[in-house]
Amino acid sequence: MSEIALETRPDPLAGTDKSEQGDVRTEEMLVNMGPQHPATHGVLRIVLRTDGELVLEAVPHIGYLHRCAEKIGENLAPYQYIPYTDRMDYLAGMNNNQAFAIAIERLAGVEVPLRAQYIRVMFAELNRIASHLVAFGTYGLDMGAFTPFLYAFREREMILDLFESACGARLTYSYITIGGVTDDLPDRFLEVLDEFMDYFEPKIDEYNQLLSFNQIFVKRTADVGVISAEDAVRWALTGPVLRASGVNWDLRKSTPYEIYDRFDFDIPIGLPGGSEGVPRAVVVGDSWNRHIVKVWEMRQSCRIIRQAMEQMPEGPHIAAKTKNLKLPDDEIYIEIENPRGQLGFYVRGDGTQIPSRVKVRGPSFCNISVLNHIGSGCLLADIPAIVGSIDIVMGECDR
Amino acid sequence: MAPEEICIILKQEFGDAVADTVLSARRPYAVIAIDRWRDVAAFLRDDGRMRFNMLQCITSLDLVKENKLAAVYDLFSVPVVGVGPCAVLRHHFAVRVEVDRDNPHLPTVSHIWPAADWHEREAFDLMGIVFDGHSDLTRILCPDDWVGHPLRKDYEFPLEYHGIPANTEHEINSPRH
Amino acid sequence: MTQLSVPWRPRAKQQHGPMAALVAGFAKALYATFAPLVRAFPGPLLIGAIVTVIVGVWANYLVFEFVDTALVAADTNVVAETGLFGGLLAITEVRAGLIAAGVPGAGTLCYLLYPLQYGLVRDVIGAGGLLGFISVIPLYVIWWERKVAGRIQSRTGPMRVGGWHGWSQSMADGIKLICKEDLCPADADRPLFKLAPYLAFVPAILAFFALPFGTYWVFREVDVALVFILAMLGIEVLGVILAGWASNNKWSVYGAMREACQMVSYEIPMGMALLIPIMAVGTLSLTELGDTQSGGWTSWIVFRNPFTFVAAIAYYIASLANCKRAPFDLPESESELVAGFHTEYSGFRWSLFFFGEYAAMFVVSGLCVILFFGAWYSPLPMSLAESWGLGDSLIARAIKGLLFAGPLWFVGKCVFLLYVQIWIRWTLPRIRIDQVLYACIQVLLPLMMVVLMGHTLYELFVPTHGLVWSIFNIILSLIGAVAVLGMIFIATYGFWNRVGLVGSLGVETLPGS
Repeated sequence: MSEIALETRPDPLAGTDKSEQGDVRTEEMLVNMGPQHPATHGVLRIVLRTDGELVLEAVPHIGYLHRCAEKIGENLAPYQYIPYTDRMDYLAGMNNNQAFAIAIERLAGVEVPLRAQYIRVMFAELNRIASHLVAFGTYGLDMGAFTPFLYAFREREMILDLFESACGARLTYSYITIGGVTDDLPDRFLEVLDEFMDYFEPKIDEYNQLLSFNQIFVKRTADVGVISAEDAVRWALTGPVLRASGVNWDLRKSTPYEIYDRFDFDIPIGLPGGSEGVPRAVVVGDSWNRHIVKVWEMRQSCRIIRQAMEQMPEGPHIAAKTKNLKLPDDEIYIEIENPRGQLGFYVRGDGTQIPSRVKVRGPSFCNISVLNHIGSGCLLADIPAIVGSIDIVMGECDR
Repeated sequence: MAPEEICIILKQEFGDAVADTVLSARRPYAVIAIDRWRDVAAFLRDDGRMRFNMLQCITSLDLVKENKLAAVYDLFSVPVVGVGPCAVLRHHFAVRVEVDRDNPHLPTVSHIWPAADWHEREAFDLMGIVFDGHSDLTRILCPDDWVGHPLRKDYEFPLEYHGIPANTEHEINSPRH
Repeated sequence: MTQLSVPWRPRAKQQHGPMAALVAGFAKALYATFAPLVRAFPGPLLIGAIVTVIVGVWANYLVFEFVDTALVAADTNVVAETGLFGGLLAITEVRAGLIAAGVPGAGTLCYLLYPLQYGLVRDVIGAGGLLGFISVIPLYVIWWERKVAGRIQSRTGPMRVGGWHGWSQSMADGIKLICKEDLCPADADRPLFKLAPYLAFVPAILAFFALPFGTYWVFREVDVALVFILAMLGIEVLGVILAGWASNNKWSVYGAMREACQMVSYEIPMGMALLIPIMAVGTLSLTELGDTQSGGWTSWIVFRNPFTFVAAIAYYIASLANCKRAPFDLPESESELVAGFHTEYSGFRWSLFFFGEYAAMFVVSGLCVILFFGAWYSPLPMSLAESWGLGDSLIARAIKGLLFAGPLWFVGKCVFLLYVQIWIRWTLPRIRIDQVLYACIQVLLPLMMVVLMGHTLYELFVPTHGLVWSIFNIILSLIGAVAVLGMIFIATYGFWNRVGLVGSLGVETLPGS
């Protein structure tokens, strides 16, 4: 096996020496974007090296929301750790609960009742819609359009109302727990959910009219921050970011967990410009595709929810005896499809109730690491466009 | 490809470098010797039978009993449009590299999988594994002037940080770490 | 993560100066006096205030006119010439004139009217009224913007302060802003930092002094009013650049440079668009420009020919960029530059920027109305009013003012254009700096050159009121009428057919959903 040469990263300064080009010599400026900045979605800090409006380098710095989640995991029994998981990706608490619950169930060998699995899938998909609504709305904000944000939040409130009726919480649910869900569905829940789905699905078209196909919006996002499929895989980008680059990879399809193999749904992937329903300026893997893939995913989530509602079986909602689980001396690593990408949980037991190591693989953590790679050479106004389309949640990035 | 087959291929190619294979567990993995790890990593990425093009996660472990630290690399093979027949491989494998606890030095793989860049920084920050050859091995989650590596089992939490009380009195009296 | 080593220690208690205590006491006293009143009669107070302002301004105008006639009546040999020190009549003469005119209470009235013959006194009164109007405009445009934005976003906007739809929200905000701490960054250029808001605010106010609200409703009749107003709007950019530079903040500098770049480039197509009505009418005086459009809506300059029509649209777009309104709000784009040039400002100085911006919005809308959209004339032709034979009584004047021409029409049209600005802002995303410049230099500028050339040739070779001229005029007028009527129809239709949310999800009071 021959030694592989170290790949050198492109020098962002190459070809910008103004004295050689005979242009007016300008001074570079280091600008600190964040940790308190409206467009960095939390406490991300990006150090920009700029030449006027041109960004030569964008180095992300994280860690401002580090809360020792992994260390805490080594000190608590799994059922106590569940509330910590939904503080990580606080926009998709259900999915985080689900990921950790599945990890522990596989490690300890807990059998989850079928009804619980259906409820879990339904709530995970609802939360995916809620999370994508926030992503959609805040992306509009990043682009300077205020109104889509409030439209998205209007619908998200209804999903939160549904969650509240099921578990009493609106943001940090801890509803999906080890062995099932904490409570069965409340009365009339499925009726109200059905009503909501009827109301919500036409609204997606409204969103697209208002924002996604707006000429200014397309001009701002098309061909901005292009990530090729190879790059996306090399940098281990996952979720909508990976799919927008044209890679058909979704854990719900490729390695179905829970009962995702029972549903019929499509995986939307990024399309080149000129395809059906795609503006001509668009390139596979650009910010517009990352945005629209989320919108299309909302539709697919609606399909899954409708099927889950139809197939919903009767039965218990939680497996018996899940509180004082003894974790075997073994380890597990599972990944599920979070709204932002693949959320991985590594859990290692040592024969006691408390795991000896918990490791979280946050999709935002991996996705934002590509920023410097694609962010150099764009304009200052493109940085919010790229960061917003990657759709990070700092709670999970910093854990 | 099943993990067993991958282990067999690895043993054929690298012989003794595959120190151990754990296949009975819920999550099969192979233990690779440090000195051959870079070659193995390049092989895993580039060989037509492997094509592990995506490094999902690097988990650092503190194995106190064996007085070792370990890094576990979770690898996926993800189909990329236009890469050829190898693209249809969809398998998952894990590699574990163990290192002496007192002198934890591992070669970096960030040139093979750029995704390893931040994961290695995180492992350095929280577990104190030094990745030789990494371009920017600095703390990523903790502040730059933080002392110690929090995820080690013998880590003692500081009582204060720049004058900010960092521990409650209760926990000073009954430390749980 | 890099940690800045900032030692952590509790902050010292903030000391308030006597001025802050005074202002706070004043605000409290105001609140204690007016809050119960406002709570008791919110609606009547608002409507009453508006009516009082209109009647007051009108009465003021009538008094001036009356003084002039009274003076003339007092001594027919003396022409009532007014000047700085040119008081011509003694009090006794004024009284004699009043008695001759048969006015009751002439003995008291003469003392009130006597000072009014001095130009300085009249100017002070006029300027006071104008300043009052200018300070009320931003307050209500902000309130209006928040209400419209609320409706567009299916919420209600401010609803609490003042009782009726939060009509005094802006005043409450203003009081809050005055009471806030006036921060100045340690490394800022202090004198320039403090000067900048005034440089942004004062020119916008000055522009009002040459802006006619009606044929005689202008503070200073200036022959080159248009040039004066454009100059004043151009100075505003200086304040913004100064603010960005003096703040010693990189984001502020970005905002300031964007503003400079945007203003300088958009002034050119804007100026070219304004040349077209000037060419059509042949004067730089805004009053004269307005008065040529008295023949109903077909005589408005925008419908005159295709070139003026395009010029009106181009002017409107350029004026959006000039006022840094969305989608051209790059200087303060909050998602990129935090808050752009006013990042470091707080309290009263911050509010001055907003006063300036909203006043400038009104001025550019006013220019658009005067130059293109029939100034202070209603869509009905003035000849109709003359054919009614209304005469010159007060009631006749009131009818004319409401139906045919008057400041109310002018303000109404301005408010409509402001509404369009607001509507655009809350609908469209922001464009990027390279696209801003592309739109200006590669689209608007060549377009305006073609239009300018075309309009010149059109005025030269197409005979006014000839066949071709009339056909274009009528077609464009119809397009305009259909557009406005269609908008009204759609708004009404949407209002009557608005739907709430379905079933148990619905909240009855949620508007626009």
